[in-house]
Amino acid sequence: MTEILAGRLSRPAGGAPGIRGNRRVFSSVAVVIALAVLALILTAALAPQLITTADPDAVAPAEAFQSPSLAHFFGTDESGRDVYTRVVFGAGNSLVIGVAATAVGLGLALFLGLLGGLGSRLGDFVSTRIVEVMFALPGLLLALVFIAIAGPGVVTSTVAVGLSTAPGYARIIRSQLRSVRNASYVEAATVLGHSRARIVWQHILPGALTPIFVLGTLGVGQAIVWASSLGFLGLGVAPPAAEWGAMLSSGRTYIDVAWWLTVFPGLAIVATAAAFTVLGRALNARTRQEASG
Amino acid sequence: MTVSTDTSALAGVSAPATRLRSLGWVARRAAGGVFVLWAVATVIFFALRLIPGDPVDAILGGPGSQASAEAVDQIRAEYGLDRPLIVQYFLAMSKLVVADFGTSYALKVAVAPYVLTQLWSTLILTIASLVVAWLGALALIISTSGRGRISRALGSGLELLAAAVPHFWLASLLIILLSNTLNWLPPISVPGPLGLVLPVLTLALPLTGFLGQVMRESLANAYEQPFVLSARARGESEWGVRLRHVLRHAALPGISLSGWAFGSLLSGAVVVETIFARPGLGRTLLNAVTIRDIPVVTAVALLSALAFIVVTIATDVIDRIVDPRVTEVATR
Repeated sequence: MTEILAGRLSRPAGGAPGIRGNRRVFSSVAVVIALAVLALILTAALAPQLITTADPDAVAPAEAFQSPSLAHFFGTDESGRDVYTRVVFGAGNSLVIGVAATAVGLGLALFLGLLGGLGSRLGDFVSTRIVEVMFALPGLLLALVFIAIAGPGVVTSTVAVGLSTAPGYARIIRSQLRSVRNASYVEAATVLGHSRARIVWQHILPGALTPIFVLGTLGVGQAIVWASSLGFLGLGVAPPAAEWGAMLSSGRTYIDVAWWLTVFPGLAIVATAAAFTVLGRALNARTRQEASG
Repeated sequence: MTVSTDTSALAGVSAPATRLRSLGWVARRAAGGVFVLWAVATVIFFALRLIPGDPVDAILGGPGSQASAEAVDQIRAEYGLDRPLIVQYFLAMSKLVVADFGTSYALKVAVAPYVLTQLWSTLILTIASLVVAWLGALALIISTSGRGRISRALGSGLELLAAAVPHFWLASLLIILLSNTLNWLPPISVPGPLGLVLPVLTLALPLTGFLGQVMRESLANAYEQPFVLSARARGESEWGVRLRHVLRHAALPGISLSGWAFGSLLSGAVVVETIFARPGLGRTLLNAVTIRDIPVVTAVALLSALAFIVVTIATDVIDRIVDPRVTEVATR
């Protein structure tokens, strides 16, 4: 998804002031909400003790399956652990996995994109074919096969998510590099007799890579969703740890009796993913505005 | 594609040349597809050999089997696993060329018919989801575009949330709401159309949000095109403008993304089929990877790659029909 939302990066901005103006009203409210959500999640990730005083792994069998109350905002799970505390402590895990997976995906994509966008014709041919093949395999298949080879775990599922998002990024980076390479200021630098390395380093890369930041922001939310899906399938973080996908996976067993085990970790995932998307789109709109003057 | 002489005579001088170019385009795409299939088969072949453990274990029913050394050796010879890797590779490829997918290690049945029945189930699921998502996105776009600020904000907000919802969570929510609380629908996918409702909703809703987001943007751009102004000047009604002129433009990125969306639906199918205990390619794949059933994984990977290639080419063709400008740019 990220790929497509960000695919519009390269298109020229345009639009009637009326529609743009209205949209800005919506998005400025949305951006404020998104920033608030992200601030909360970042706090939960960096200093969970600030938001909750309980221990995420403290077992209290006598208090199992309590529905949400003032004592337990999000209720308790099958071992009497406080779900709210576990959701708070899960933020760190999910955020690290999301950011790291996006970094892996972007890194791999950068390599392929550079090969395709700036390399020789052969380099372009090879990288385009690699990306095509990666695209043809459903993302989850790539991830599953990789996990089967490397064994389930946090690192594996992070790399797996990165691997399955890489082809989309690579395609955008390649086309971005190609369009910048033909820009008039690059032509000017060539006419001025600058060396190829200097042109690439000083002119092409900065112009083409600014969107990567935007791309990354859009991607983190999606990567968190992906990673939690793997956790849900039992292929991510090992069970006792508080991770949103794994929590949902264990909550599924008790879906008939304890809806809160399913609802709250999922809400956390959706809020985080949506917040990253809103922020990424706002950044995207801003870069385009700057680009168009 | 057949070339008939009388239509080309009617179409004018440049028609044969255009048709030749189109034929060349189709041929190139088909050749590219064959290459991708070969590459996928190769990658999968070697990747699966990297999975730790002995494939013979998968054939004998897991690592805990008490098979004697002779039995293991016999199985290994029977499945050709005692030959050098490169020989195994060429043997496997030569079989794949004639669509011989071999026998499943775990199920001991021929892979091709087994996977085809699973494919059928998944195809129904994904195509139904794609249709529902398209209808939902179009309805959302048409009803909330061009209206007041609040309805637009509501529309984009809904799309944003829908697109951010993980399949597995949505599935759980729908089960809680529609099965456990309201008791309207079965929580697992029973045969028949009733059992299809929840899985399709689960797959379609996030895609609806996603298609809506993409089309809303291009719809806003289409409203600013000169042809809208001229349509309005001709006295076209607001709904006429919306349905006859703007929508066609708005749908373009949605169409080109449907190929991608189909791929992501296949990924989503793994989760949805697992949750709703529905037979299909996704669940087969998950099981096969877990127990290292190499022939089944290979067949599923090739089938989904083939489906992806076919859908991508089809969407490109539709793209060219809806927007003739594409052809000019592509052949220039």
